[in-house]
Amino acid sequence: MLGLSAKDTRLFLIVIAMVAFAPFLMNPFPTDSAMAQFNAGYPDLMQRFVIFGIFAIGFNILFGLTGYLSFGHAAFLGVGSYAAMWVFKLLGMNVLPALALSIVLSGLFAVVIGYVSLRRSGIYFSILTLAFAMMSYALAYSVLAADMDGPDQQGMLQKGLTGGETGLQLTLSDPRVLGQSTTAEGNIPVPNLFGIEMRDATELVLGNWAFTFSAGYYIAGVIMLIAFYISIRIFRSPFGLMLQAIKTNQTRLNYTGLNSRPYTLAAFVISGMYAGLAGGLMVAMDPLAGPERMFWTASGEVVLMTILGGVGTLIGPVLGAGAIKYMENILSKINKDTLYEWFSFMPDGLEGLLVTMVYPFVGKGWHLTLGIIFMLVVIFLPGGLVEGGQRIRGLFGRKKKTETDTPDGAKSPAE
Amino acid sequence: MGILEIKNVGKRFGGLQALSEVNLSVAENTVHAIIGPNGAGKSTLLNCLVGKLIPDTGSVTFQGQSLLGRKPHEINQLGVSRVFQTPEIFADLTVMENVMIPCFAHRDGAFKMNAIGSVATQGDIKTQAEAILEDVNMLDKRHMHASSMSRGDKRRLEMAMCLVQEPKLLLLDEPTAGMARADTNNTIDLLKEIKEKRDITMAIIEHDMHVVFSMAERITVLAQGTPLVEDTPDNIKGHPKVREAYLGEAQV
Repeated sequence: MLGLSAKDTRLFLIVIAMVAFAPFLMNPFPTDSAMAQFNAGYPDLMQRFVIFGIFAIGFNILFGLTGYLSFGHAAFLGVGSYAAMWVFKLLGMNVLPALALSIVLSGLFAVVIGYVSLRRSGIYFSILTLAFAMMSYALAYSVLAADMDGPDQQGMLQKGLTGGETGLQLTLSDPRVLGQSTTAEGNIPVPNLFGIEMRDATELVLGNWAFTFSAGYYIAGVIMLIAFYISIRIFRSPFGLMLQAIKTNQTRLNYTGLNSRPYTLAAFVISGMYAGLAGGLMVAMDPLAGPERMFWTASGEVVLMTILGGVGTLIGPVLGAGAIKYMENILSKINKDTLYEWFSFMPDGLEGLLVTMVYPFVGKGWHLTLGIIFMLVVIFLPGGLVEGGQRIRGLFGRKKKTETDTPDGAKSPAE
Repeated sequence: MGILEIKNVGKRFGGLQALSEVNLSVAENTVHAIIGPNGAGKSTLLNCLVGKLIPDTGSVTFQGQSLLGRKPHEINQLGVSRVFQTPEIFADLTVMENVMIPCFAHRDGAFKMNAIGSVATQGDIKTQAEAILEDVNMLDKRHMHASSMSRGDKRRLEMAMCLVQEPKLLLLDEPTAGMARADTNNTIDLLKEIKEKRDITMAIIEHDMHVVFSMAERITVLAQGTPLVEDTPDNIKGHPKVREAYLGEAQV
């Protein structure tokens, strides 16, 4: 289907189904049950899953295929966000032009950063990209936020290009030449896709379950599917093969008459554009862009996502992004009271002890859990969650595997 | 005038004069071996030919074009391929993919961003790759992972990758280093077969005299960075200067 092999088609269909039914899949627990806090099926979080999925898919095109570890990818995320914000401020609230500008601008940004950084490889490349990202952060945080029009003048450049530490926000006085500055009710208009507002949602109540279907999630989901499809095509293309060749043996590639630089630059720009798209989508869902989006921790997060899910695999980055965002949003919500509730069936002393022991790993300490899981995955499943999945499948379906062990199956970093 | 002309090449590493006044001419369609004891400058000379090192003095011309200052990939595009001492292959990929990459690159080496097509549907590239694998008797191994093969097979694969580009000059850096005798003989047979089938010039750097004397048409002996003698294998065998440099035998 669509020029994909049978195996890739199957994977793509599974991802389509997962995106389409996520509101159900993520909400397995009835709303009034004690487990309801583990439900992730609310629009805000699901949007984050797919947006960071796009970010990680793009990052994987660079890191997974060429092996160049960029430690400054959040810079493109930030550029995409600011670009989309400016379209919302100047042009109108339709998300399509905003996303288009996010992609184009972050792509151009990637050409410049990539051209310089790709002169080196290995750790030096990582450090160069990190330096660029932190420079971008500094630019957004202070330099570009300097008052350009004087402090009290009403105007779009009041807080400079980036709005400094408070971030870039929509105001009632933004021109929005193709739209309206203010709605009839006197509010700031909401990002929309030809009239479908991002925060539109319908709720479906089935017995004890409540499922929310949000327009924003499905629009982001469709965009992620397109991004995922493009990444499959790149992985399977001659271009993708060249990128893999760069990762395995650059010396041989040079002695094969190929200059690897244009290939790595192309991969860098593509993955920068993915990051820009993710950044644009982030402000489409929540129109506010701050410089912290470019901070190095944000760059590190996408590295974690990709490694956790499985570097160089197609679906891995999406899984990794989902896992990390799930923990960030669900584990961090658990507080001491919740823990006391869980362990209330135990004798008093034991209850207190258990709460004290578990508490450091939840709530604000969720990073600790993430760290432990990350270490376990890297040590025991170097191929990430995808390798875990393959091992489980191997346990259950060994017979089936010999049957499908076709030539192409010999090398399967695919799923 | 040979296909490869090396004139007065000198290269210095700090206090070590690795090469000095190397003059060498490789005639077209011959197998030319460069031998010499360890540290004679064989590998340095080879690195000067492929653009990895730039000689301090002298000139290197291939078919009348200077190779100095060109990058390895540019030199390859002129028709010079190199086989390394330790096989340099794409270890993470399959044998078939290994051979398909030089097919995609072919001779011009231009940047082609074919991100739309699928590797699986490249008919002509596949045929080309399969033909060369057939040539080196590796067609049955085409779906194997390159990293899981024996050293002899890796060497074979590397040669296939070089040959598919139809180079005019093939540089071989100790092609049988670290191989068992049987593998060495296989490699010799393979090289002879390659030579018979196509117009190709080979320059071999080798330690193993067995290989050199069973293949080479001309031999240059390098010692301490300078060519000692250049002659046919038969004359080299009995040459007193060679025996001295090589075996440490005193001249009688």
